[in-house]
Formats: sequence, structure tokens, C-alpha cells
Amino acid sequence: MTDTVFNPALRESATFGRDVIAEIQRAADTGIYDIRGWGAKRKVPHFDDLLFLGASMSRYPLEGYREKCGTEVTLGTRYAKKPIVIDTPVTIAGMSFGALSAQAKEALGRGASEVGTSTTTGDGGMTAEERGQSSKLVYQYLPSRYGMNPDDLRKADAIEVVLGQGAKPGGGGMLLGQKISDRVAAMRTLPKGIDQRSACRHPDWTGPDDLAIKIAELREITDWQVPIYIKVGATRTYYDVKLAVKAGADVVVLDGMQGGTAATQDVFIEHVGIPTMAAIPQATQALQEMGVHREVQLIVSGGIRNGADVAKAIALGADAVAIGTAALIALGDNHPRFEEEYRKIGSAAGFYDDFQEGKCPAGISTQDPALSQRLDPVAAGKRLANYLRVMTLEAQTLARACGKSHLHNLEPEDLVALNVEAAAMARVPLAGTNWVPGQAY
Amino acid sequence: MTTYDLSTDSLRALNQALHEEEISAREWRITHPDGAHNIACGVNDALCIDIDGHVGYYCAGMNQKAQITIHGNAGVGVAENMMSGCVRIKGDASQSAGATAHGGLLVIEGNASARCGISMKGVDIVVKGNIGPMSAFMGQAGNLVVCGDAGEALGDSLYEVHIYVKGEVASLGADCVQKEMRQEHVDELAQLLSRAGLDDDPASFKRYGSARELYNFKVDNATAY
Repeated sequence: MTDTVFNPALRESATFGRDVIAEIQRAADTGIYDIRGWGAKRKVPHFDDLLFLGASMSRYPLEGYREKCGTEVTLGTRYAKKPIVIDTPVTIAGMSFGALSAQAKEALGRGASEVGTSTTTGDGGMTAEERGQSSKLVYQYLPSRYGMNPDDLRKADAIEVVLGQGAKPGGGGMLLGQKISDRVAAMRTLPKGIDQRSACRHPDWTGPDDLAIKIAELREITDWQVPIYIKVGATRTYYDVKLAVKAGADVVVLDGMQGGTAATQDVFIEHVGIPTMAAIPQATQALQEMGVHREVQLIVSGGIRNGADVAKAIALGADAVAIGTAALIALGDNHPRFEEEYRKIGSAAGFYDDFQEGKCPAGISTQDPALSQRLDPVAAGKRLANYLRVMTLEAQTLARACGKSHLHNLEPEDLVALNVEAAAMARVPLAGTNWVPGQAY
Repeated sequence: MTTYDLSTDSLRALNQALHEEEISAREWRITHPDGAHNIACGVNDALCIDIDGHVGYYCAGMNQKAQITIHGNAGVGVAENMMSGCVRIKGDASQSAGATAHGGLLVIEGNASARCGISMKGVDIVVKGNIGPMSAFMGQAGNLVVCGDAGEALGDSLYEVHIYVKGEVASLGADCVQKEMRQEHVDELAQLLSRAGLDDDPASFKRYGSARELYNFKVDNATAY
């Protein structure tokens, strides 16, 4: 965005910036909080604040294009009879049909399947399109239980019990009336056009001891065939991960505050939760203390953008990552070719986040039939597959440079931090020192 | 009649047997449940199952087609997410009975605790006794019939569930209101009572439903959000 007025004598307030002033004016005009999609937009310590220590004399690198660097991951080895094996550690996070068009869900399935990874349903149930195009499909079990039924449960390759998500830990989902089409309404057993508010707590259990029984029920219903994940938003991560393991999770999914959403209050997105990078070491510590690190797998999401982020997350202890916002961008979200249309709805390519309005020019976060038709699931799926391959190749490049024959051989010792905050959160040394804040020097 | 004795047979073996594709035995008796959790969950066949005693959490969870009778009390989440069939509890039911259930009939001959029918999505629930607070919270579809009294915040944030209460209602939740009992509702209630095997007079009930004021965000309703 360019300034329309430039006068060097004008001084903008650091406290009351233009965005703050605009929000106060919007609130005064409407009387209701700002609702939007996407994830946290504020700058928080992130993987960009970490660097790898490539091999030199003290470490031996692998030949970049010739020597093997494994990327496959097995999820659900703790209890499930049929663990999921994925070929790349990058999975697709849960996003609902309703929030997304059926074409977008199909494209996610196509792209993920092409590279041998999993995709995930969302609040609102499983569609035939995504089951049909997803070779490995994780079925989310959410507080709302919209569309939840045992037939689909038995079709799933894994079950993800969702306790929270990084964009809104402690909050439920939201889908505004513009997106409650006939099909969405029927799948969720709701009147068409209402502003749907999902519950923030599950209706039939209240704590980790109850959750253990709930998980046992899901295992009994599915005859212990498929892995059961527990997804938490990153807050009190150390304790939450320990309780998830105690409750019987095969896999813990940890979503940092940069994780996206289709719709929630802006104040929630920006002010609740902790950064992804800060959460991973807490989760890893919890798993290690319980003696289940790598036995109970850890999937991390929230702001994963490229192979460097993948490699850094794994080095800090993750087994795999999940992408949501980045996957939508790969499909075509916020693409400059829609610039004119973004401007018509008061936004711009690269800034569009009003997913709740259902006016997505790219045909992704909409239920409008005409807009949805714009997205070709085959072509969009191919774009996603390309992107997933690039991420995987990038992560392998970094791992080989560190002398690792598998991405899972990356470790915190391969990392340093660019600043004190990142060093403290990631628990790795400040670059050029041996100092990890909070640990003995 | 096939009998499983849970004092000697494992729960896993029981549920696995109930999930087999070709089940020749149509009548089952489960003895010594002794409060075990997850008994007869995920059944997907028109079996007739009797459980002799008290059960723990999630008994008959996600039931499809089966007729399940619990000759005792039931723990949390009995018949949760039931799709079809019938679950009958001879005693009392703990919290979240029939939670999120999409179909079928749930009959509780005793009392039901808090959050009975929470987020119900099409099930019919008939309670001979009283129900606890926050029942039918965010109820989306189906019918909840209470022959006794209802606790606080009945039907909070209700969508399209029909609620019939014969006794007193401690308080109504947000957006839940008393509604006119028209003949169509008397007829609907009479049928529900009949299916549950009860002979209460439908005309002695009051009907409650959603005022539909909170279906869409409105500034004027800010205090209710």
C-alpha cells in the first residue's frame, strides 16, 4: 500500500497507528468485533530467526544430489493396527468444506495424494470429493460434531480429536451465513443462512481422564485400526502434550498462533496462543520426559511456508508438519491475477483475509457456485503437488548440508538463533556463542 | 441368544463380535457390565442387546439400527451420536445423554443429568423423570420430551429442536422461549410418548423452542453473545 499523503512533518503514532485508528473507527461504526480469516499478522519470533549450521570440518555433509536423504514418516505406531505412512513430512491441515469450496477440498486431496501425503477434513464432515481424491484422509472429530457419523469414521485413515487450533485456542469455529449454502446446511443439520457458531468444548467429555475414555470409544468403534491424533492450539504446550499422551494419543498435532482459520475474531487471532517456534521445544521436552518421543509422533503447524521451516521444525523435534494457509496460496489464493476483483471487494492480492464473506475471487474460500467454478481442482491440485515437492526438496537440501541421511536426523544441535528471543524460545544457542538463554553458560 | 459375561470376557472381544459383518445371532445378553465403559458402541446392525446392570461412559455410542436396553444406570454420554435404532435405560442417565445424536430413539426411564441432548441433531429423546441443567444446549434438530422437571438454562442457544416439558422449568437459556402448543405438536408428542411406551397426557405438556433471534449476528444482541 502506498501513502496518499506524504509530509515529513506529519508524525504517525506508534501506539495509534493507521491500522489501529481504522479499527477503532470500524468498531464505532458497526458495534461488533472484527471477524476475519488467515492467521496472526503481527510479527512474532519465527523460524526465520533460526539458521542451520552446515557441515564443514567438524561435520560431514552428504552429496547434495546423489546421496539418499529419507523423507518418509510413519504416523500412529503407538496403538493403531494400520499406521499411516506418508512420503513427505508435509501434510495438509484440517480445513472444512463450508469454509472452503468443494473444488478446493478436492484440489487439496489431489495435490496431497500426488506426493503421497495426507489431507484432513474439518468442521462439517467428510465430503465425497475429498474422500475420493485423498489417498490418506484424516477425519477430524470436533466439538460441534457437525456431520460426524460412524460410516465416515470407518472410512478414515486416521481420526484427529480437535481440542483447539492455533488461531483461536479456547474458541470454537465460526461460519457466517453467507457460506451456509443448502449443501453445507444439510451436512451440518443447520438452517440455511444462519451465522454458525461451533462449540469450543466437546459436549460429552470435560478433562483428560474423560478424553482417555472417549479415545478408547473411538478405538472400539473402529476396532483399533486407525491412528488417533489429538490436536491442540499452542498455549500451555508442555502440559497439554503430556495430557494428550496420557489420554492415549498416537499423534499430537500442535498448532502455533500463526496457524490460520476461516473466520474468527481478529482480537482472538492476534492475542491468544504462543508462536509455533516457542511451542515445539515444550512439546519435545514433554514427549522426551515421557519416553515417547518419535513413538508418539508430533505434527507441527502454524506458519510453515517452505522447506527451511519444515527442516527447522523437525530439527526442534517434530516428526512432520501441516500446512493450511500456504496450501491455499499454492492453490491460487491471493494470486495477483485476481487483483482487480480483490480491489472491488476492498482488498488486494496479498492482503485478502475476509474468508468469512464467501466472496473469494479465486473460488477457494467460498460457497458461491459461480466463484467456486473458477477453481479447476486438477490444475490447482497440480500446483499444490509442485509446491509440496519444492518444500520437500528444500528440506532435503538443508538436511544433507548438515550431513543427515533422513530429515528426522536433524536435531537442535544443527541450529543457532539470530536473536535472544529466538534463542530462548527455540532453546538453541545465540549465533556465534554457546549461550542458550535460561541454561547454564 | 448369545451371552457375553464381562466378568470373564473382554470388552474388546464383545465389541469386535458386535461389529462383524455377518452376525447370525440376533439377540445378545451382556452380563456383569459393572460400570465398564464403551459397551456396545459402534454397532451397525439391527441386533437386540440387553445389558444386565450399570454401564459406564459412552454405552451404545454411535449406535446404528440396534435395540439396546440397559437394565441399570448409564454413565456419561450414553447413546452419544446415535444415528438410528433405540436405546432404553431402565435407570438414570448421567451427563450428556444422547449428545450430538442424529437419529433413533433414546428413552430414559429414570432421570437424566446435565446437558441431556446437548447439540442433538435429529434424535428423539424421551425422559420419564427430570433432566439437569443446560439440556438441549445448541440443539439442532429432533425432539426432547421431559415428563418431569427441567433444570436451568434449558435449550440455551437452541436451533430447531422441539422441547416438551410436563413439569417445571427452572429457567430457559438464551434464545429459548415457550411456544404455542398447537394440534400438530400434540400429535407429534403423542406419537413420541407412544413410541417410548408412556401414557402421559400430551395436553399436559408445554412446548419450548428457539426464538431464532440469535441466528445471525446483530449488534442489538451483543449482550447475548
